[in-house]
Amino acid sequence: MAVGIIGYGAHIPRRRIKVEEIAKVWGADAPSFKKGLELLQKSVPALDEDTITLSVEAARNALARAGIDPKDIGAVYIGSESHPYAVKPSGTTVAEAIGATPDCHCADFEFACKAGSEGMFVAYGLVKAGLIKYGLGVGADTSQGAPGDALEYSAAAGAAAFIMGADDNLMIATIDETYAFMTDTPDFWRREHQFYPSHGGRFTGEPAYFRTVTGAVTGLLDKTGLKPGDFKYAVFHQPNGKFPKRAAKLLGFSFEQIEVGRLVPLLGNTYSGSSPLGLTAVLDVADPGDRILMCSYGSGAGSDVFVFTVGDRVRKAREMAPKTRWLLDENVKYVEYGEYAKLRRKIRLAEK
Amino acid sequence: MPPARSWRTYPQGYMLEAARCKKCGKTFFPPRLVCNKCQGREFERFNMQRTGKVVTHTVIRTPSDEFSGEAPFAVGVIEMDDGPRLTSQIVDVSFDEVKIGMPVKLEFRRLSSEGDAGIINYGHKAVPART
Repeated sequence: MAVGIIGYGAHIPRRRIKVEEIAKVWGADAPSFKKGLELLQKSVPALDEDTITLSVEAARNALARAGIDPKDIGAVYIGSESHPYAVKPSGTTVAEAIGATPDCHCADFEFACKAGSEGMFVAYGLVKAGLIKYGLGVGADTSQGAPGDALEYSAAAGAAAFIMGADDNLMIATIDETYAFMTDTPDFWRREHQFYPSHGGRFTGEPAYFRTVTGAVTGLLDKTGLKPGDFKYAVFHQPNGKFPKRAAKLLGFSFEQIEVGRLVPLLGNTYSGSSPLGLTAVLDVADPGDRILMCSYGSGAGSDVFVFTVGDRVRKAREMAPKTRWLLDENVKYVEYGEYAKLRRKIRLAEK
Repeated sequence: MPPARSWRTYPQGYMLEAARCKKCGKTFFPPRLVCNKCQGREFERFNMQRTGKVVTHTVIRTPSDEFSGEAPFAVGVIEMDDGPRLTSQIVDVSFDEVKIGMPVKLEFRRLSSEGDAGIINYGHKAVPART
């Protein structure tokens, strides 16, 4: 029984802030940030957008592409590091808003930027086990970076949703293999009640991101006997523009393979939405028969890797909801740092 | 808004659940018990499409405390493609772009929250429909 994606959807807030706008406030050199991180701008959520609202919109787009009755969704998993509540699930609101309640299993996932692919992984596993008919996995975040910190240039907002199923006539892309790689690596964290995350600076690179991503992809290639050249597209977690390019090079993938799914220069790092959103952009253009590799990364640290093979229905399904590059490129509004600081609740208001 | 009051409106707030009179076909949002056109008492519940157009609009510059952080913001009466009209904020658009007859889509958004410790109320706001 082939199990895979029968519906996918993306959602990206409309506001953007440019790297120059952040750099000028903190006296930083914008050209060196743009060159060093390969970032031009990032998405900024409105005051009324959060992980739940972005997840609902992405999930509705996935439902539009799947064309199924939401009551048949047996599991809803939301992966995020910015769930609006510390205690109260995001998934219940999302499930209620798309009409999947009450016969539905639901959980929120957290694992830095890997939480989205975890939801996909578990939804896929439950469908494959025959426990549910369809499962929804969403990666969404409205990430915060401390003012002036390097993370402030990249921490962005967006969501990607995937409905897993086993109906051959609905298949957009089969999941042919998965692999997970995990170690205890303290490269990035946020303690309880802290507003902003902390990170280990350069420690986030070689011993964390690169060790994990290359370890995960190498493990998957060993498991399957596949080679980088067997994939038409590859999507790596993209905390900045440079990391996925370097990971691809280390693993033997070309820039052409990762270019379509590398959204970060125009989007920023959407954390749990990062590699899942890249995958939606690839599905928007892929042809039936194309093989896709997706590797997430979550600090702490771990990666989930998937091998997809695109099905015939992709061409019809992609037209049923907004495409990711359209969401990224069209109807964009740029904000200045002052408005950005207000929207991201960085300004301390008077107590009422 | 207390949690129970918010919870009671989830079908309308989250799913845009409306009612269609089985006798004369008139649609209502939110649903009602008696049709004001034919006095029918039997209704079919359905979720509205999230598309409509602006019937009229204004800009709120001095809102109640609950919305003070959001001012100024646009509010309009939206006529849904399924018939009923509803009041909604119109967001992600500059005020001079909002026109009578402008096609809109309803997006899921935060509507309000009970301070930093209370519940967050979700529902829909209108954004310009773009193809």
